[in-house]
Amino acid sequence: MSIRVRVNGVEQELDVDPEMPLLWALRDVLGLTGTKYGCGQALCGACSVHLDGQVVRACVTPIRRADGREVTTIEGLSPDGGHPLQRAWVELGVPQCGFCQSGQLMCAAALLAKKPQPTDADIDQSLAGNLCRCGTYTRIRAAVKKAAGVPDSK
Amino acid sequence: MASVVLLAGAGGCRRQPDSDATRWESLPPVDARDLRPLDVFQRIEDPAQRSRALFLETSRVYLHPRCSNCHPDGDSPYQDSGETLHNPPVTRGPEDKGVVGMECAGCHQEKNLELARVPGAPNWHVAPRSMSWVGKSPRELCEQLKDSKRNGGKTLEQLVEHNAHDELVAWGWAPGSGRQPAPGTQAQFGALVAAWVATGAQCPSEEARP
Repeated sequence: MSIRVRVNGVEQELDVDPEMPLLWALRDVLGLTGTKYGCGQALCGACSVHLDGQVVRACVTPIRRADGREVTTIEGLSPDGGHPLQRAWVELGVPQCGFCQSGQLMCAAALLAKKPQPTDADIDQSLAGNLCRCGTYTRIRAAVKKAAGVPDSK
Repeated sequence: MASVVLLAGAGGCRRQPDSDATRWESLPPVDARDLRPLDVFQRIEDPAQRSRALFLETSRVYLHPRCSNCHPDGDSPYQDSGETLHNPPVTRGPEDKGVVGMECAGCHQEKNLELARVPGAPNWHVAPRSMSWVGKSPRELCEQLKDSKRNGGKTLEQLVEHNAHDELVAWGWAPGSGRQPAPGTQAQFGALVAAWVATGAQCPSEEARP
């Protein structure tokens, strides 16, 4: 079955099993390996991408769900890595091992698109499904606030 | 001394045998996976008592984890047997469909996803706080379901229709991935709810349990 999907602004026509997880299509078919495989059960958030602007877990999203729609991955968050979140991430040295970071960034970007001035509670609730085994949560929260221009009192 | 007073008070409040419970015991036993068929309730001659027995039977569905997990007593749904909170830790958000980045639809889709055991049905969401019923007795639940302020703004007729045909309600009997379904079938449940309404939508006593 042919799936037509726009990925990071580029029209793609994929001849794949419609039940193939979007994550597989991104990584193995399109070579977009910035999105990570973590748990495969929507429990860790490492595979978070945007589907028409909404965060979905790509590991549990059949590619058929993306047919005719727009997918944005970490590679498409900004043309040059200059999204305010990406700049804040670098300035604060947020990542440790970095495996979860693309998922963290995609969730945080969706949060800021909807709530440009998030509270600590907003950040904690929206990113609650993105696990970081290195425990960089305090730096993640600080970077989200920095990108949003919200003073970090800590 | 205080304990003596308390004991004396308790003795003074001893209840009479519960007539609802007596009627209930007259019904044939049923497997936990099934619902009693509608016709067995006809042996209860008094319509009000029959109505109360019918509600107790339907409470086995309402309070089953497949249904009650998403009518939680807080802002996060439960999962499995109802003793653990949803993982990952979601919150209901302003429209009971999660918060940005953690919307229900970020994982839950139009149907069950067997590949990753993610349950799904149309309009997946958690019930509003006003429709919370985890931890409630059958009587409390019964009174709530008759109150349009706490039942999603439904008339009793709309409640029957919702229970009998709603697609998200239907998921309770087809949860997939080895999850225990709600007892009986949706058609049986809808018929029992309709019979409860037709007999006056009476509520059981506080102590009555199915």
